[in-house]
Amino acid sequence: MTDRERDGAEVVLRLSGITKRFGALLANDAIGFDLRKGEVIALLGENGAGKTTLMNILFGHYTADEGTVEVFGQPLPPGHPRAALAAGVGMVHQHFTLADNLSVLDNVLLGTRPLFSASLGKAAARTRVNRLAQDFGLAVHPDARVGSLSVGERQRVEILKALYRDARILILDEPTAVLTPQETTALFATLKKAVALGLSIIFISHKLGEVMEISSRVLVLRHGKLVGEVETARTDRHRLAEMMVGAEIAAPKVADRAPGPALLTLKAVDTARRGNAPGLKGVDLDLRAGQIIGLAGVSGNGQSALAALIGGLESPVAGRMELDGGQNADWSPRAAIAAGIARIPEDRHRSGTVADFSLAENAILESYARQPMSRRGWMDWRAADMFARRIIDTYDVRCPGPSARIRLLSGGNMQKLILGRVLEAGPRIILANQPVRGLDIGAVTFVHNRLIAARDAGAAILLISEDLDEVTALSDVIHVIYEGQLSPGFARGTKTPAELGLWMAGQGFGGAHHAA
Amino acid sequence: MRLEPIANPTLARRIGLPAVALVLTVIAASLLALLAGANPFATLGLIVQGAAGSKFALLETLNRATPLIFTGLAAAVAFRARLWNIGAEAQLYAGAVVTVLLGTGALGLPAPLLLPLLALAAMLAGAAILLGPVLLKTRLGVDEVVTTLLFNFIMLLFVSYLLEGPMKDPMGMGWPKSAALIPEARLPRIVTGLRLHWGFALALLAALAVWVIQTRTTLGYEIRAVGLNAEAARFAGIPVNRVMVKTALLSGGLAALAGFSEVAGLKGNLTLDLSPGFGYAGIIVAMLALLNPLGVILSALFVAGVFVGADSMSRAAAVPTYIADILTATALLTMVLALRLTHARVRWR
Repeated sequence: MTDRERDGAEVVLRLSGITKRFGALLANDAIGFDLRKGEVIALLGENGAGKTTLMNILFGHYTADEGTVEVFGQPLPPGHPRAALAAGVGMVHQHFTLADNLSVLDNVLLGTRPLFSASLGKAAARTRVNRLAQDFGLAVHPDARVGSLSVGERQRVEILKALYRDARILILDEPTAVLTPQETTALFATLKKAVALGLSIIFISHKLGEVMEISSRVLVLRHGKLVGEVETARTDRHRLAEMMVGAEIAAPKVADRAPGPALLTLKAVDTARRGNAPGLKGVDLDLRAGQIIGLAGVSGNGQSALAALIGGLESPVAGRMELDGGQNADWSPRAAIAAGIARIPEDRHRSGTVADFSLAENAILESYARQPMSRRGWMDWRAADMFARRIIDTYDVRCPGPSARIRLLSGGNMQKLILGRVLEAGPRIILANQPVRGLDIGAVTFVHNRLIAARDAGAAILLISEDLDEVTALSDVIHVIYEGQLSPGFARGTKTPAELGLWMAGQGFGGAHHAA
Repeated sequence: MRLEPIANPTLARRIGLPAVALVLTVIAASLLALLAGANPFATLGLIVQGAAGSKFALLETLNRATPLIFTGLAAAVAFRARLWNIGAEAQLYAGAVVTVLLGTGALGLPAPLLLPLLALAAMLAGAAILLGPVLLKTRLGVDEVVTTLLFNFIMLLFVSYLLEGPMKDPMGMGWPKSAALIPEARLPRIVTGLRLHWGFALALLAALAVWVIQTRTTLGYEIRAVGLNAEAARFAGIPVNRVMVKTALLSGGLAALAGFSEVAGLKGNLTLDLSPGFGYAGIIVAMLALLNPLGVILSALFVAGVFVGADSMSRAAAVPTYIADILTATALLTMVLALRLTHARVRWR
C-alpha cells in the first residue's frame, strides 16, 4: 500500500479533543488523530508525556474530561473496556495480564465464555487459536503452561488473546521493552502480517530505531500535547528525538581519565544461589575511583547477585570483599550506605520507593536516622522538606511538590528523585543497576550525564545493564557476567559488540572458576 | 463494576458519604427493632439516651470506651506495620494477671509509686505475650494471625486455671475469682462518687503518645515505611525485623494496659469475664478509625456508646442487646465502604 492509497483508506479510529486532568496536572490536552485501516502509527513521547493516559482513555480504563473516541465511525462510550473490546480494540499492556498457572489456550479463552455453560468448546477454540498463531506467525504451544513461557512467548499469548477477540485495532504499550533483539524481530514480523491482513496498530515506544522501522506515521506527544505528526519516511531518528524532548540532545561524552585507587575489591567471592538465579562464582573485581565499570550480560546471569552483594543485601559465602583495603564484618544495607555506596535499585517501584509516601518521605528513606533529618529519634520534617526541595530543583523532578505522593510521578521523575537521594550524599561508589530501564531519551541523557559527572568527580561506578549499547558508550572497562562468573576486564574500545556477544553467550569462560 | 480513583474529593463527598453510612446503619437497626416488635424510633432514642442521655450514662460510656481505646490503639499500631495482631484479648488478660499478682499485697508501696509500677509491669507482660508470635514471624515466617489468635484461647484457659488454682481467692466462697487489689493499687476515680476512673485519662494520653510516635519519631517513620513497602524499607537499610519486634512490644503493651485499667480502675479483682471481647472489638475500633490513633478515641466512644446504650435500651424496651453487635458491625461495614467511595467512583460495566 502506498502513502496515497493509505490516505484514502478507511478511518478505523478517530480521537478528537481528548483532554484529561489529574488535579493540577494536564495529562492530555486536546489530543486528536485518525488511525486508518492497515497502518501502524507510532506514539512517541517522554515518560509523563501522556501516552499511557491517552491509551487508557481509548481503552476505557479512564474517562476523558473532554473529547470523543470513535471506532469504525461509532462513538465509543467512555469508561467501558468491554465496549472497546467489543468494538474491536485490543490492548497489549507493558505488564502482562496472564494467569501463570493456566495453559496458553485457557488464558486466551479466559473471559470469552459465559459464566455457566455446559461445554467450553475447547476443540473449536484450539483450532481457531492454532489458525491465528499460524496466520500471524505467533509460535506458541496452546497447551504450554504460561508460567513456563519466556517473556517473548507471553507477549505472543497477549496478542493472541486480542486477536481471538476479533481485534481490528491493536494497541501495544512499549512492547519491545522486555524483548531480546531476536524476539523483537519476530514481533515485527507478526505486526507486518497483521497490517497486511488489514489490522491497524498503535505502537507506543521510546526506541527511535524501532519506530523508524515499523511505523508509517509518527505522533509525538510532549507534556500532554500533540506536538508533531510526521510520515516516518520523511523524517529521521535525530529529528524525532528533537521533537520528543524539545531540544537537541547530545550523546554522552566520556573524556579519558586515569583511574584512581581501588575503593572496593572483590577477591574470589562466591555468593549463595537464590532460587533460579545463580550466585557469584569466584568473582574478582576492582572498583576504582574515577572509573565506570560496565557489567554486560544476558539477564539472569548473576547481575542481581552482584548488585545484592555490593548493595549490602547479601554477604559473600566465600572469598573477601574489601572496602579501602579492609573487610567489613557486619555487611548490611546500612553499612553499605555508611561506606559511601550510592545504590540505584533495579526496580524503582518495588525496592526504590514507597508508593504511598510523599516525595519528602521517600527522599529521606536512607538518611532519616541521621542528622539533620532526625535527632535522638525525633524527626525533623522541615529538614526533610528542604532536602526534597533541593533534589526537586537540582534534578529537575517534575511534581506538584515535596508533599505529593510519589505514586503520582512518572518513572523518569521517580528515578530522578532516587538519583538525587543517593547522589546528594556525595557517594564514593555508585552501584547503578539498570539505571535507565524504561526511561525516555530526556531522562536517559540526564541520568547518564549525572553518572559521568560523578565519575569525573572521582566516584567509582559499577554500571549494570542489559543494554549493550549503554554499557559500551559509558564504561571505561567492561566485564561480562555469565552464570555467576566474571570475564576479565576489557578496556574501552578493545572489544567489538560481536566479540562481547560471544562472551555473553558463555564463550571464553572455562570451568567453574575462570583464570583472572 | 470497577472503581475510578478521585484525586481530590469534594467536601460534600467527604461529609456526605459517611453520613449516608450512618443513616444506613440506623435503618438496619430500625428494621431489627421492628422485627423484635418494638417501635424503632423509641428503640434508637433509648439507645442514644442510654449512652449519653444523663451524666451517669455518659460516664458509663466513657468507662466502657477506656479498654476499647487501649485495644484499639494496640490494633492500630500493629496494623500500620502490617503486623496482624489479633491477640489483644490475650495481652489484655496478661496485663490483668500481672496487675493482680503484684497488686494484691505482694508490693507494699504507696499508690503514686505502685500504680505506675503496675502499669509498667502489665505492659511488659503484654509485650512478652506478643514477642513469641512476632519472633516466629520474623525468624520462621509463621503467620502471626494464626499464632496470635490461638494465643487468646491458651491465655483464657490459663487464666481459668489460675483462678481455679494458685490465684483463687481463699475468701471467695468457691467462686473462680482472684483476691481483691489492695487500696493503693486501685486507680482513683476522677469524680468522687461516679464510676469514671483515671484509666480513661491514661487512655487519652496513650492515644496522644501513639500519635506523636507515629508522626514525629523515627520509629513511627520506620513503622509506616515497613507497613507500606517492606522490600523498599529493607533495601533502604531500615531494620525491618527489629521494627516489627518494636511494633509488637508497643502493641502488646497497649493491649495489656486495657487489662490493667479494667482491674485497677473498675473491677478490683480478676474474673474470667473481665473482658467481653474488648480485644476483638479493638480491631473494629481501629478499622473504623482508619488506624489513626486520635481517631481511635472517637471510634471507641462510638462503639462503647452503642453497647452501653443498647444495654440500657434492652432493659426498657424488649429488644435484645445483640442489636449492639449488629449496629457496630453494620457501622464498620458501611463506614469502610463510604470511606472507600470517598476516594473512588463506581462505574457499572
